[in-house]
Amino acid sequence: MIRMMLQNQLSANRSLWFFVLLVLYIPCGVVYAETPSATMLAYTCAGCHGTNGSSVGPASPTIAGMSADYFVETMLAYKNATRPSTIMTRIAKGYTDEEIQLMADFFSTQPIVRQAQAHDNKKAERGRKLHKKYCHKCHEEGGALPEDDAGILAGQWAPFLGFTLTDFLTGNRPMGVKKKQQLDKLIKQQGDAGIEQLIEFYASQQ
Amino acid sequence: MANISRRKFLTMSTAAVALTAVNFPMLAWGANKRVVIVGGGIAGATVAKYLRLMDTAVDITLIEPKRLYTTCFLSNEVLWNHRNIESIQFSYETLKSRDIKIVHDIVVNIDPQSKQVTIKGGDKFQYDACVVAPGISFSWDAIEGYTPEASQLMPHAYQAGPQTLLLRDQITAMKNGGTFILVAPQNPFRCPPGPYERASQIAWYFKNHKPRSKIIILDPKPKFSKQPLFTAAWEQYFGYKSSNSMIEWVGEADAGEVTRVDVKKMQAITTSPYKGDVINVIPPQKAGAIAIEAELVDDTGWCPINHRTFESTIHKDIYVVGDATIAAPMPKSGYAANSQAKVCAAAIVAKFNGEPEPFPSLVNTCYSLVTPDHGISVAMVYNLGPKGKIQKVAGAGGLTPVDASDEMRKREVAYAYSWFKNITHDIFG
Repeated sequence: MIRMMLQNQLSANRSLWFFVLLVLYIPCGVVYAETPSATMLAYTCAGCHGTNGSSVGPASPTIAGMSADYFVETMLAYKNATRPSTIMTRIAKGYTDEEIQLMADFFSTQPIVRQAQAHDNKKAERGRKLHKKYCHKCHEEGGALPEDDAGILAGQWAPFLGFTLTDFLTGNRPMGVKKKQQLDKLIKQQGDAGIEQLIEFYASQQ
Repeated sequence: MANISRRKFLTMSTAAVALTAVNFPMLAWGANKRVVIVGGGIAGATVAKYLRLMDTAVDITLIEPKRLYTTCFLSNEVLWNHRNIESIQFSYETLKSRDIKIVHDIVVNIDPQSKQVTIKGGDKFQYDACVVAPGISFSWDAIEGYTPEASQLMPHAYQAGPQTLLLRDQITAMKNGGTFILVAPQNPFRCPPGPYERASQIAWYFKNHKPRSKIIILDPKPKFSKQPLFTAAWEQYFGYKSSNSMIEWVGEADAGEVTRVDVKKMQAITTSPYKGDVINVIPPQKAGAIAIEAELVDDTGWCPINHRTFESTIHKDIYVVGDATIAAPMPKSGYAANSQAKVCAAAIVAKFNGEPEPFPSLVNTCYSLVTPDHGISVAMVYNLGPKGKIQKVAGAGGLTPVDASDEMRKREVAYAYSWFKNITHDIFG
């Protein structure tokens, strides 16, 4: 109703037209915060993690499609140096929590573009069963579900998965009670071969 | 008139704005904006690709003489046949498929008044925004006797391609027990750790194939990029600082500045002559030729730019990105060029759309491969400081720790190769 009245008035008064439009228009040009946009921030990651976060390998992980919460958790862990890394600790310190959230929102909405990776079908098949037995409860759908709020494992680059598991198993990277239980059980029952088969399984998902 | 539909109201208001506000030139003119990019290296090709990702309508022309681009990064591995040159060469076919016009020619003139770019073939290209990404050129006059002809005997191998192959052939043909001299340039120059990565890799090659050979680095500088990491690795592998060191670094304090070369005697001359079997001269550098021709450089030989947009502070509507710019504290690196190009593309699109200048965020990540299992890196995050200059974000970045484990050094090699694949895909893919 108000809009109708406004429109009536506008059509009757041409100069008011421009006044209203000017008022509507000015704020768009003047009000902006001096924080980089989500795309501005996220585009800087592409050099290592691929355009829009889908890595073409062979080692740096795809970060597209991961849950925003897990992205934030990961970046804060790097920023606070509570997770081992080669370079990410140095990079994560360059961003405010707000900027990390913006990047998280960007990457969580990007589709994952998976690349074919060489893998051993037999080991991958064995790994599929191990995944179901030891990992499935927290990493559903073969480790492809962002809602798990964990890293995307399905189709992730094998060397990166290897580095990550090494860090867990050597105690360099802290892990929760449940994860530790499951990993200990896996190693005890399947040995290092089990780890290898798991990685082959994730690498086989394309 | 009381029943003006909402749709019509919006249409009318848009038209009114188009007529009254200068900030909507696209709507007012109704034609696609034209961007002409001069140079299809890391910076120029990234601008082309990201302009297309950000704006499907903009008309993009990329002018580059070479049909295949050879990356400087990883070209040191070509020098000792650890990698073939084809693996670091990229075509423009994928960019072409993204509706980017590729013109293989040399730009001979950029006219900021008529906003026209002229190529050697005679064609002229009208632009609304011109992006100049010419990389570097060499100051041939700086070292006496080091001319383009001399570079056929003492290669620079600092613009990858035929020069890389020339130096490769000399290094691989050199006798065991020979001396390889690397003449490093004064700052600022492309890829600050590049000469020292080169020395490391050649030393690794010598150690395994020509173990009685020596490397002498003649350097006008008092220090160099990633120095503590390089020298620690040289001590670890090449006996650096011992009487039998494979690598000798002669810096400013030891009169390492080469002022003259003698190609007949195969000598690089500081205050005394150094004789080499292979001499690699990396001369002092300045912005690429077209930037100088178009008067985009200042007294330093490099291009001053607005750090927020990468628009030249000399000529309006001409942007400069990559190695040719004065963007310190950012180094002249591939990652920096790729990162700057995205900021520049965003600024151009914002300007076309009448939007405010975006606030930049930039990154540099630079890996050096010392041996096949020993990688080191430097990283930094940048934004815009209060005076409108690019600044390092406090507390961020830095070097690989000197005490990093062997496992971490090996991972850095894996991540360096990932960086190469991802950044080249981000640029040319």
